This record gives sequence, C-alpha cells and structure tokens, in this order.
Amino acid sequence: MSANSIYKPQSPVMQWLERRLPIAGLVYSSFIVYPTPRNLNYWWTFGGILAFMLGAQMVTGIVLAMHYTPHVDLAFNSVESIMRDVNYGWLLRYLHANGASFFFVAVYAHIVRGMYYGSYKDPREVLWILGVILFLLMVVTGFMGYVLPWGQMSFWAATVITNLFSAIPWVGDPIVTWLWGGYAVGNPTLNRFYSLHYLLPFVIAGVVVLHVWALHMVGQNNPTGVEPKTEKDTVAFTPYATVKDAFFIGVFCLFLAWFVFYIPNYLGHSDNYIPANPGQTPTHIVPEWYYLPFYAILRAIPNKLLGVIALLASIVLLAFLPWLDTSRVRSANYRPLYRQFLIVFFLAVIGLGYLGSQPPEGGYVIAARILTAYYFVFLLIILPLLGLFETTKPLPNSISEAVLPASGAKV
Amino acid sequence: MNAHRSIVLAITLAASLSAAAVQTASAQEAEAPPRQHWSFHGPFGLYDPAQLQRGFKIYREVCSTCHSLKLLAFRNLADPGGPGFTEAQAATIASGFQVTDGPNDKGEMFQRPGKLADHFPPPFPNDQAARAAMGGGLPPDMSVLAKARGFEAGFPWFIFDAFTQYQEDGPDYIHAILVGYEDAPARVALPPGSQYNKYFPGHAIAMPKPLTDGQVEYTDGAPATVDQYAKDISAFLMWAAEPKLDERKRLGFQVFVFLIVLTGLLYFTKKKVWHDVHHPEVA
Repeated sequence: MSANSIYKPQSPVMQWLERRLPIAGLVYSSFIVYPTPRNLNYWWTFGGILAFMLGAQMVTGIVLAMHYTPHVDLAFNSVESIMRDVNYGWLLRYLHANGASFFFVAVYAHIVRGMYYGSYKDPREVLWILGVILFLLMVVTGFMGYVLPWGQMSFWAATVITNLFSAIPWVGDPIVTWLWGGYAVGNPTLNRFYSLHYLLPFVIAGVVVLHVWALHMVGQNNPTGVEPKTEKDTVAFTPYATVKDAFFIGVFCLFLAWFVFYIPNYLGHSDNYIPANPGQTPTHIVPEWYYLPFYAILRAIPNKLLGVIALLASIVLLAFLPWLDTSRVRSANYRPLYRQFLIVFFLAVIGLGYLGSQPPEGGYVIAARILTAYYFVFLLIILPLLGLFETTKPLPNSISEAVLPASGAKV
Repeated sequence: MNAHRSIVLAITLAASLSAAAVQTASAQEAEAPPRQHWSFHGPFGLYDPAQLQRGFKIYREVCSTCHSLKLLAFRNLADPGGPGFTEAQAATIASGFQVTDGPNDKGEMFQRPGKLADHFPPPFPNDQAARAAMGGGLPPDMSVLAKARGFEAGFPWFIFDAFTQYQEDGPDYIHAILVGYEDAPARVALPPGSQYNKYFPGHAIAMPKPLTDGQVEYTDGAPATVDQYAKDISAFLMWAAEPKLDERKRLGFQVFVFLIVLTGLLYFTKKKVWHDVHHPEVA
C-alpha cells in the first residue's frame, strides 16, 4: 500500500507462505510500518476501541446464544437462567448489555472526532460514508438485541419502531405485517430478530474491513487537518499507535468495568425486568439511551410520516457531510465559527437525548422542536454557508511545524 | 466576529429557555421514595445473611400467600452469597412445601414434598386463578421484582447516581410501598377494593396493607416493626432478583486491580515509546 511496506521474510517457512499468500506482508504493511501522523490525540484511539468492542460483543454474544431460547414463552426466563444458573452467565450478559452501550459511547466519540477535525473531507469521503453505514448497522443490530430479553420495553420498543414503517403511504401496513411475520409483534418477529441480531455483526465486521481498507488508502487525518508531507510528520503504526491504543483500551475497559460490576442496570430500564405483556402498555416507552436524540427528533414532528423522514434524514444526512461542508479547511481548530456552531450542535444532540427520555408533552415538545430545527439548520444551511463566508486561521505548513518546537528551543 | 458570537449566544439562550419551560411541565408524579441504607450498596457492599433470612421468613409467612417466586429454587437458599442456610436446612425448608410432579406411571399428576432442585411452587395454579381469588388484580411474581421496580431520580441526580453507584431504587421503592399506607386525604376518591399509598404511582393500590408491627416473630433481636420488616423483605427480594451480587462485586474488585495495574504499565510503556517523538532534540 505505501512505499515502505516491503516485507522481507527471514525464515524459509514464511518465504514459502509469502510467495503463495502474502498475508504476513499485508499485516506488516497495514499494522506495523503503516505511517500515522505524529500529532494524533486520544480522540484517534476510538477506532481501535470500536474494533475491540466489536470483538468483545461477538465473543460474549456467541456464548450467550448457546444458552438463550428465542421463543416468546421462554426467552425472558432463559435470560434469567443465564443470570442464575450458567457459570459466569451474569458476567456475560452484563458485559454484552453494557458493552452495547459502550460500543455506542465509542462510536459517538469517533463521529464527534470526525466532525470536529473534518475527517470526512476529500479524499476521505468513501471512508466516511462507510462509517455512516456502520453506524446504521449498529443501530439496527442494537435495536434487535434489545428486543431479545422479551421484557416489557423489548416488546413495546419493537412495536413502536416497526410501526414506524406503517407511515409509508399505500404499502405501509403490508410492510409492517411482513416485518412482523404476523399481525402483531410475536414469535416470528422474535425469531427473525434473533437471526438477524446474530447475522448483522458479521456484516458489520465485513464493512469494517472496507472501512480500514479505505483508511489505509488515504491515510489518517490529524488535528491540524494538514496532510503529512515528509517522514518527519509521521511515526510507524507499531509501536507508536499500537501502544497508545492499548493504553486507552485499558482506560476504556476500566470505565466499562465500573458499569458491569457496580452499576450493571444503571443504563437499562427497570420495566425490561417485567416479562413482555402485549395487553399492557408501559406508561412511557423509552428506547435505550443511545437512540434518544433520534427518538426526540421523531416525536418533535407532529406528522408521523414527516417524523419518520426526519428521523431517517438525521442519520442519512451525515453521509452527505463531505458535500454539505463547503470549507476547504478541515480542522475546527482553524475554523473559529464552525467550531462554535459545531459545539452548539453537539450540545443540541445531548439536549435532544434528554428530551427523548421525557414524556412528549408541554415544554418538552417545544424544546425538542427548537433543537431539531437547529440540527437540520446546522447541517443544511449553516454548514454550506460557513464555508463561503468564514475567515479561517492560517494553517501550519506541516504537521511537524505545528507540533515541534522551533529548532534550538528547549521544551 | 462579534455578530456571529451573538448568534451562537442567542441559540444557546433559546435552548436553555425552552429547557426552563420544561421544568414546570412534569412535577406532579408520586413522591420519590426516601433512600434507605442497604448493606449491599457500594463497591464492597454485600448481602447481610441474617437480614436475608429474616426477609425469607417474611416472604414465607406473608408474601407467599399471594406472590409466586418462580425463578428461585430451594437449592438457591444454600448458595454462597445468599441467606446462608446450610444444604440440610434448605432441604428441610423444601420439604415443607407441596410440589406438583408427574405425570406418574398411571398418567396422573401428584403432590409430593419439595426437594432442593424444585422451584418455589406458586400460590395459584395460573394467572386466571390468581385474578379470580384477588378480585381481578394479579399479584406480580417476585423473582425479579426488585429490579423491575424503581423510580427516576431526574436531572441532574441521575448523573451523580452513576458515581455513587446507586443501584437500590428497586428495594427503596418496595420498602416505601410497604411503609407508605396512609388514610386517603379527604379529597381523594379511591376505586373500590383499593387502598391509599403515598408512594404508589396514582396512589390507589390493590394490595391491602400486608404488614403490621409484631406480625412476624424475629428470633435474632431485630425490631419487629413494619419499617424493619419492609427493609428485610426488600433486601431478600433484591437477593432473589440479583443472587450473584456478592460474586459480582468480589470479581469486580479483582478486575479493577488487574486493569489498573495493566493500564498503568501500558501508560508508562507508551510514555517511554513516545519519548523520542516528543523530545526529538534529545535524540
């Protein structure tokens, strides 16, 4: 891939293998000598954390699947039997449930970093779009996973979300029936959700390969947004990025362990410990916290179809960021106005998250509408205009000029 | 520049004003249950076996008349991190219950004394029978009740709860319900067959006041009061819902020690590896 990626195996065995399948050379060029900008901060460790979390979710998930029963009459109790009778079953389940939350913590941090430093801009558009696809796949996978314990929130979240498709004109109701495999959320729904929940992580892994491939074609962005120009601007992936990622994965695991071992049900909803009951609707149906901003956007719009369109648009629009953002300067560090509007955008998303957890009435609706409006105004109006009118700060000539002290100066 | 800054300011202000409008919208829910002291709170908090035994006594003598505990087996009473009964004691307790088994060689179901492997038999054969006996209401199964109930702390308290490791809203709620029976205020009209409860959402609860002072006899000197009963049964139900809590916290401590050492070593390795990059003039 890059010029210094020539791998010369020493042992005859590896030479034999390399002539037939250059896999060691691929690893060598992609994860050993691969040049990474020397000025990457810790926001750049979330890519590695996400790969780690995907692996962790797969391992815990596969073992959980050995003990889980996808049937409306048995699912709830089979999860409880995992918690009580399977050796370390409680650990697997709490790791998997909280792991899903932390997967989203990492992906949101990853997206925030991409938006702040303009990582989606030329030549990284395809890399970014693959990332948006990965996020969408995660959303679908996470949602289906939440349905599997078959508690009250599982059942009613499945009902509410699948019902969104009924907003589609003419074919909405047949589509919903087709999704359910029946005339209500029931056993066929649970079975297909389980099947897809097991399948989609492997689809995610496949798209991750494309995502990493695209990354290695164009190289990483960095906090200055200036492309590396000389060897002085980069360091080798191993040991520099590897050890830094490993350290921050350790920090991230500490954070995760706090939740898994001490507050495992903090992020969940107590209603999901009540077995699913189609005859009794919970007072407030709330999705998991990581969907709340989108849920708030959905409910902010009084028309159902328009609400569903806004919900979809709020994610799909992100794929168009490379073209919505007209500025040629990548990093928000050199774009004082963009920086402010972007921080307000992030605060608006957090605000929407809070509003999504509250009942849709009174002042909550008004607040959700204001923040939803800002969400779309930022993406569709502020971003394109800013690039045309904003005065940016002067960019450094190179990464090393930006981060290294002038020669002779002592730090 | 200043003009742009004021745009940002205006947006932020609009957002915070609407947030203020939100505050007034929802303040008419049931009173938040007061937080109790629990032995199993915090990173080193474990169950108190004596309290779980007292709680089990209350379940057996009072709650089990109407509430099932289907997910628990008698063997669980002797599990580590539980009420601390010996296996022999648990077997004795089991034999005090009649369990339906079968079909036998003649194809008939039959009753026999419980064994360690049996689950607690429900007080009613099915939900319909329970409803018929209870005047329409269904007493919930108690196996995971302590995790299936709770209350919202609200902003910003829920953020502090993550740091203080507050996970006891379930037992706090159950305790509050048990001590929350009061005479209905004059202006409140209760539906027939329901009682007034200060902490129950909507205040009209179908369950009659289940506990009175002195109702259950304690042999370990604990006060025979409704408040103490409520605490003990709540602790027992928390154990029933989360029987691996002791094991979880013990393992959690080991994991933390390991992760802190590992992460610390990785930090210093990282520092050493990057030293020459950060200080190129020394190299």
